[in-house]
Amino acid sequence: MKYQGKAICYGDHIDTDVIIPARYLNTSDPAELAKHCMEDLDSSFASRVKPGDILVAGENFGCGSSREHAPIAIKASGISVVIARSFARIFYRNAINIGLAIVECPEAAAAIREGDLVEADLDRGIIRCCTAGTEYAAEPFPAFVQQIIAHGGLVQAIADGVI
Amino acid sequence: MGMTLTQKILAAHAGLPSVQAGQLILASLDRILGNDITAPVAIREFRRLGRGAVFDKEKITMVMDHFVPNKDIKAAEQCSICRSFCAEQEIGGFYDVGRMGIEHALLPEQGLVTAGDAVIGADSHTCTYGALGAFSTGVGSTDMACGMASGKAWFKVPSAIRVRLTGRPGRFVSGKDIILHLIGMIGVDGARYRSLEFTGSGIAALSMSDRFCICNMAIEAGAKNAVFPADETALAYLRAHGAREPVIYTADSDATYDAELALNLTEIRPTVAFPHLPENTRTFDEIGEIAIQQVVIGSCTNGRLDDLRAAAEILKGRRCAAGVRVIIIPATQQIYLDAMQEGLLRIFIESGAAVSTPTCGPCLGGYMGILAKGERAVATTNRNFVGRMGHPESEIYLASPAVAAASAVTGRLSSPEEVMNT
Repeated sequence: MKYQGKAICYGDHIDTDVIIPARYLNTSDPAELAKHCMEDLDSSFASRVKPGDILVAGENFGCGSSREHAPIAIKASGISVVIARSFARIFYRNAINIGLAIVECPEAAAAIREGDLVEADLDRGIIRCCTAGTEYAAEPFPAFVQQIIAHGGLVQAIADGVI
Repeated sequence: MGMTLTQKILAAHAGLPSVQAGQLILASLDRILGNDITAPVAIREFRRLGRGAVFDKEKITMVMDHFVPNKDIKAAEQCSICRSFCAEQEIGGFYDVGRMGIEHALLPEQGLVTAGDAVIGADSHTCTYGALGAFSTGVGSTDMACGMASGKAWFKVPSAIRVRLTGRPGRFVSGKDIILHLIGMIGVDGARYRSLEFTGSGIAALSMSDRFCICNMAIEAGAKNAVFPADETALAYLRAHGAREPVIYTADSDATYDAELALNLTEIRPTVAFPHLPENTRTFDEIGEIAIQQVVIGSCTNGRLDDLRAAAEILKGRRCAAGVRVIIIPATQQIYLDAMQEGLLRIFIESGAAVSTPTCGPCLGGYMGILAKGERAVATTNRNFVGRMGHPESEIYLASPAVAAASAVTGRLSSPEEVMNT
């Protein structure tokens, strides 16, 4: 899987309450959740994010609650992949389970700047900042995770009989 | 190589003689939990799996606690999805208004978790049940759905940080101060992906309420789970609450740990986490004048009877300060009833506090105590992230019930000693 998009950058410890505030958790409709994604941190996110954009963040991205609504909101907003220095564990698991591509790469997360054009080849574990002309190595997804992402999530992958 | 307590439980549930950190295992589950926010998504995913029935209706628990009694039409519809599903699947462990409590206070109280269990819950504070010597961890809705279908979940076996407790906590120092102190030491990702395993002579000085509170906030250090050994105090609790026969696991003496920390409970002071991360901890010698507008005492972290007793001890015969809204939420119906019989509710109401039926409401900024722009709250809850309790420019100071009650009396962040000695 190869993704290309413009980078939208945030800092460390981006928690699930800012990714999708609990006041909107009275619905699980992805499109509705996407409207409020990142709202308390960056009210312009929902209006400026373009399909394919790549979210870049620091340490412990997705810390806090177990709400699957958080990766659902990010995915529904059009973000193709999240690159972070590190992820909180429940978020990491949830993102893969719902088919949102994520990758840990401290070097790329530190170097990429807002608006940079970024390319991520998660099967090979290569992240390229096209704007700066730099390249970073990440751990490639194992085959079963590639299948989960390609099928749009764990449940669909099971239903499709691929895992 | 020796195994940690968590690894022992996971090996047994994976049917393996031993496991080691980093190993991927498939474990059978003793309980699967969801609530009115996470279960509707899990039910949708369960339907997509195309299984007719859940693997074991006795092992599934759904608690309507986040937005109940329903705060709006959408919340009502989320509960309705859960209600219909549990009726269709004949899941008796469906806890609705009048029977519900905040899930992580309710499950132990109802004897639904015992020592040695492996539990997943679609709620991050599911780590609470480690206090009973169980492996218990928060997951998302998809994992809940797959767990409901198969009775299993895959895990990466965690390594552990061992926390050796000695001494005994002083007056007005509780489990909340201990866990906030620990999070202050190691940071909000200090135990990321790892187990926090508590050991040492200090455990004997901790009540079950203290232990539940400590394990509850392990997720705030990024931990996968936290666990106390099931000692006589835990076993007595399990017996009193009619839990299934416990299975007691102990860590091997040659188990290895990523890190070993020592905490002398005697030295821990009342501790407050400042906005906007639980690791921003301070003791009262580092806290100046901070005026507050709201106090919340409750939640899965601190809504137990011992917590209400600690608050009542301070509020008894005193008045909440003018301009401070004090909201007290017993975590379960039983706690509510016990607090009533002990006269705690009278103390609260006479002090000027509002007392509510159980709900997670204000903790996650759902309803029942939302903050306006610029307002500050002292809360016994578990997260003080930006916007967690309302407006993005409001502030939450996390503290124990004693600190929250003392602050309610003075109208500013205050230590219990200050109020009780004047």
